[in-house]
Amino acid sequence: MQAKKRYLILFSAGVCLILLFYLQGPASRRTPNRGDDPHPHWPHFSDPLRAFIPWDQTETEDYNVRVSPRHKRDDNSGAYKCRMDSCFDFSLCGSNGFKVYVYPQQKGEKISESYRNILSSIESSRFYTSDPGQACLFVLNLDTLDRDQLSPQYVHNLKTKIQNLNLWNNGRNHLIFNLYSGTWPDYTEDLGFEIGQAMLAKASISTENFRPDFDISIPLFSKDHPRTGGDRGYLKYNTIPPFRKYVLVFKGKRYLTGIGSDTRNALHHVHNAEDVVLLTTCKHGKDWQKHKDARCDKDNAEYDRYDYKEMLHNSTFCLVPRGRRLGSFRFLEALQAACVPVMLSNGWELPFSEIIDWHTAAVIGDERLLLQIPSTVRSIHQDRILSLRQQTQFLWEAYFSSVEKIVLTTLEIIQDRVLQHNARSTLMWNRLPGGLFTLPQFSSYLGDFPFFYSVLGNSNPEKKPHLPIALVILKTLISLFRCIIVLWNCDKPLPAKHRWPATSVPVIVIEGESKVMSSRFLPYDNIRTDAVLSLDEDTVLSTTEVDFAFTVWQIFPERIVGYPARSHFWDSNKERWGYTSKWTNDYSMVLTGAAFYHRYYNYLYTQYLPGSLKSMVDQLSNCEDILMNFLVSAVTKMPPIKVTQKKQYKETMMGQTSRASRWADPDHFAQRQMCMNKFASWFGTMPLVHSQMRLDPVLFKDQVSILRKKYRDIERL
Amino acid sequence: MFQFWPHSIESSAEWSLDRRSVHDAPLVRIPMSSPIPERGDLSCRMHTCFDVYRCGYNPKNKIKVYIYPLQRFVDEVGVPISSTGLSREYNDLLSAISDSDFYTDDVSRACLFIPSIDVLNQNSLRIRETAQALAMLPRWDKGMNHLLFNMLPGGPPDYNTALDVPRDRALLAGGGFSTWTYRQGYDISIPVYSPLSAEVDLPERQPGPRRYFILSSQTAIHREYRVELERLKEENGEALLLLDKCSNLSQGLASVRKRCYKGQVYDYPQILQESSFCVVLRGARLGQATLSDVLQAGCVPVIMADSYILPFSEVLDWKRASVVIPEEKLPEMYTILKSIPHRQVEEMQRQARWFWEAYFSSMKDIGMTTLQIINDRIYPYAARTYEEWNNPPVVKWTSVNSPLFLPLIPPRSPGFTAVVLTYDRIESLFRVITEISKVPSLAKLLVVWNNQNKSPPEESLWPKVAVPLKVLRTKENKLSNRFFPFDEIETEAVLAIDDDIIMLTSDELQFGYEVWREFPDRLVGYPGRLHLWDHEMGKWKYESEWTNEVSMVLTGAAFYHKYFNYLYTYKMPGDIKNWVDAHMNCEDIAMNFLVANITGKAPIKVTPRKKFKCPECTAIDGLSLDQTHMVERSECINKFASVFGTMPLKVVEHRADPVLYKDDFPEKLKSFPNIGSL
Repeated sequence: MQAKKRYLILFSAGVCLILLFYLQGPASRRTPNRGDDPHPHWPHFSDPLRAFIPWDQTETEDYNVRVSPRHKRDDNSGAYKCRMDSCFDFSLCGSNGFKVYVYPQQKGEKISESYRNILSSIESSRFYTSDPGQACLFVLNLDTLDRDQLSPQYVHNLKTKIQNLNLWNNGRNHLIFNLYSGTWPDYTEDLGFEIGQAMLAKASISTENFRPDFDISIPLFSKDHPRTGGDRGYLKYNTIPPFRKYVLVFKGKRYLTGIGSDTRNALHHVHNAEDVVLLTTCKHGKDWQKHKDARCDKDNAEYDRYDYKEMLHNSTFCLVPRGRRLGSFRFLEALQAACVPVMLSNGWELPFSEIIDWHTAAVIGDERLLLQIPSTVRSIHQDRILSLRQQTQFLWEAYFSSVEKIVLTTLEIIQDRVLQHNARSTLMWNRLPGGLFTLPQFSSYLGDFPFFYSVLGNSNPEKKPHLPIALVILKTLISLFRCIIVLWNCDKPLPAKHRWPATSVPVIVIEGESKVMSSRFLPYDNIRTDAVLSLDEDTVLSTTEVDFAFTVWQIFPERIVGYPARSHFWDSNKERWGYTSKWTNDYSMVLTGAAFYHRYYNYLYTQYLPGSLKSMVDQLSNCEDILMNFLVSAVTKMPPIKVTQKKQYKETMMGQTSRASRWADPDHFAQRQMCMNKFASWFGTMPLVHSQMRLDPVLFKDQVSILRKKYRDIERL
Repeated sequence: MFQFWPHSIESSAEWSLDRRSVHDAPLVRIPMSSPIPERGDLSCRMHTCFDVYRCGYNPKNKIKVYIYPLQRFVDEVGVPISSTGLSREYNDLLSAISDSDFYTDDVSRACLFIPSIDVLNQNSLRIRETAQALAMLPRWDKGMNHLLFNMLPGGPPDYNTALDVPRDRALLAGGGFSTWTYRQGYDISIPVYSPLSAEVDLPERQPGPRRYFILSSQTAIHREYRVELERLKEENGEALLLLDKCSNLSQGLASVRKRCYKGQVYDYPQILQESSFCVVLRGARLGQATLSDVLQAGCVPVIMADSYILPFSEVLDWKRASVVIPEEKLPEMYTILKSIPHRQVEEMQRQARWFWEAYFSSMKDIGMTTLQIINDRIYPYAARTYEEWNNPPVVKWTSVNSPLFLPLIPPRSPGFTAVVLTYDRIESLFRVITEISKVPSLAKLLVVWNNQNKSPPEESLWPKVAVPLKVLRTKENKLSNRFFPFDEIETEAVLAIDDDIIMLTSDELQFGYEVWREFPDRLVGYPGRLHLWDHEMGKWKYESEWTNEVSMVLTGAAFYHKYFNYLYTYKMPGDIKNWVDAHMNCEDIAMNFLVANITGKAPIKVTPRKKFKCPECTAIDGLSLDQTHMVERSECINKFASVFGTMPLKVVEHRADPVLYKDDFPEKLKSFPNIGSL
């Protein structure tokens, strides 16, 4: 009631103000200068004024007498007040890189499904180590997600259990995950045990309790949130104009009294049952009838009239008001549904606020200004809506769609702090393909990645210096390369020097140490150009074909551009993915036995993919190209590009004797099928995308004099 | 006059401050017992300590800032509270605010209040009395919505990192915050203004390698750190230049402008321009005026000041302009900096200079940036973007940010809407309609009837088609009508098609749609055209047919996103739209410019088609007609390039064909066997 009254007062005050404005407006126009004061501006003083800092004091002073500058740094290290400098031991991360240790699970210890998902996400990531001696970060085997004492998931005696951990060390370099803290009536953010110097990855964290650049705000996610992969965002079209049926919607519980109830209690003031539909229900808890107020019955009836899903999918904006706690499930739901979240949760440190620029994907409102929200969102320009909406989808898929992504993002943020000057820039986090695919150790220069050319304002990769590199040589190649690298992956010794063809560019021969398939994708230092042309030893391509493919790659540097293509399909009888090398009208992979791609993908292949997949490829000596296609499509969400080739690759392949065995082997095909399914399960989804087109030279096979054509050889057989 | 807010506190005398001397400002005596504000509350945030209702809803989304008139505060015995009084810099700052759009002289409308009490340098203040003076301000109200500017906080021996003057809930724009004192999202970290900014003109230098790799120019470096720097110098020799005070020069301005190394004298800050990296080490305070000098010189700052909150870090991406290294890693500085790619160093040099120009170079810039940051917090939905804050003008000009940036391949099912522009060629129009209606993904047909003198034929005469067909009559015969974002277009994909394009096969059109789905942010068309630079004439030239390259596609038949209709109609730069309507030509070139300019991408030409043969056209005057046509089209390109201020078109050498096009493979197994001819 009180809240209602308050809003009424507020509302009437607003009306008064508007009235005043109208009344006052013409009056003030009549008298532009108020009273006797024609110059209300800051005066121009003629006095010579002194500088705020004397010339000889621009640098201070008695500083040198201090004992050591290092002493100052430790002045503020209290237990709860933590920063990386004072509470984190960087030396543990030095030699082994950023490794995360998970305490082994103990018998009889109950762990919720959500926490199990968190732990297994860490364990299957490239950061995991089973050796605490190698670890830089420690994660508990005790479920700390739900610290609401009234919850059935609540773990008792955590305090003692944690104190008994042998590596606890007052929480130093520990990371604690938490979704719920506190309970009715005050919902404090205390976890019920001493966190010491441990970092918190916590949902619903408030700016007051948040230790900047130390804690991490994570989103609240439900126990059904998928472990890996995750559903894509719901946005399928960018309709123009971008407005949907509703402007603003909300559907959720109302608490009537107590903490966090004010905002939801006031929503009905803004609800108009047309395009602003804000619905609350009092029906929750056992004895809601006892507490219900005069609005409840009416609100409940209205609440039942609308379907939440329908509203979510048909609204431009979705209100995300705080509940008892600051964060709510509405946030992720809205994000996935491409319904631009309108945050009404004062003091909530937004999820991953350290790295995500939320202004690009959400409207950040103020609970105190609830009544202004409709006019605010209506004033947002349609171009902005279009971009906010797309950004919700990018962020959802990059950081939120699965538990694994939430966990990896958390770990990468901490890793960035450890990397310090090597950390990702804001751009890397907030632009496609997102921070998890943009590894900052590769380079601090954005132009070294295939993704940011347009952001930097230079067009696609520079023309001149980008001469590709061959990984496996052919005799006929070619003056357009800057360097040719031969990877000798054979047990036979290297041919004598005089037997190598004479070339005008350096030929570097690398004898693979382990002679495994994955070494074709190692990021060799000798590769200095952005473009890599990967070739098998038996590939036959003409210079024209290579030339043309290279011009295409320059336009699409983030994709694989190659010649022979393959396709995948869903085999619904066998309920698994199928692989086909038949001639088809579409394709989703191009073979890396002859393909251009950006050098960054070598790095990504080697660093991002887990050991399990790479060693599977090495053992089979097969599927490395499929894996590369999976990876690149997971990054770009786009198909590779097939370009024209003179002859059919397949025929020449079979004709060759040297390694024909690899392709003739009947197991070969079955292996590739199996690879596809293994890869899809690790990615949690099928990243491959089909394309129905091939890129040909503009005059390809046109009936016009061959002399007019730049790429003549492609047509000659 | 009736005022909603009580407005009796200010006496009218205070309003008439058109004085020329600071000494004429009213003298205010502070009683000993005058109340002292509380120390700043560390938990303050905008939603707890800032009264947002004062800022109100405002169509311009701009906060109003009030500046208290100047007063001279003295204690009971007449001693001023500050040894400096109003400093030159603070005066500049207040003047700038007063001249800006933020300023209001109406205290009752103000959202933010700025005291005229100068607290830039804590050293010149009497702490207690200054605090009392603040509390005496008529609107102080526990410091709510008050903003203080301080650049040199703390004092010996501890040098606290925030102003020590108790200030209740006032916001602090401070130079030298540490992460322990900075209230994120409430306070604003500002630079320490360097007096040299106004004194010295350092022309901008092209990014690139410099004579020295690392330069240290600070004079008050702690001896422990100096020892470490000297050790680095020993290891790396010439690459490092380690400067210090000149011992033989007399004190004063001259000595500030000189630095020495082993008796050799260097001009400061000019010498900063000779180095790629410049060290900015913490001194007694975290914030250093040197940072400003270094940025001005376009030298990349190497900031070593643990827990320092970098200036304007709420909006500036310092990773792009500086290298932050923990003090502990000072000995590794050389190795760390060497690992940074050259091109990144150049980016950072450019960025550093831009930060200085935009946010550091004057008290005005510092003040305006601070107010803009607060403004962005109060009107977050109208806040400046990351790009606006961080991209230097050259990048803002050249970078593109496609409005359809999400990699989406829309589902096939909604299909496309064909928009047929027609005047009076009924027979040909009906043939076009009949042909297009065979395309499987056609969702709707819109006929834009551009003839105001003649009505379209009766409904019964139109060909029977399976999809909805709607005729839209226009008010004027304009070419731009074909690109109008009609509400009737309910699909994303639009096929613009002329009423004489009857030669395209159903396969060809369906394939075009499939390719558009893979490139929804591009124009996807059939015959391609090219622009070329004519060296002899010194201007652009239009080229058609038989080229190996493509930079435009004709919109006589082309797929594109409906968003571009909206852009064409409402956002076309300059007078291009009217010009096209007046000349009845080149609407397609204009569309190609528009799309390439906003996306930075080339169109996609599909299938071998080289021209739209129009059977009705007779060959009379064909050649000369052709030539005038070419001249006109070339003129369009030159006109548009000058309006756009750049040549946005991108040239490519590929076209898209079906995967199995011309492959030796049974035609009946191909998805698009009938892909048409030239």
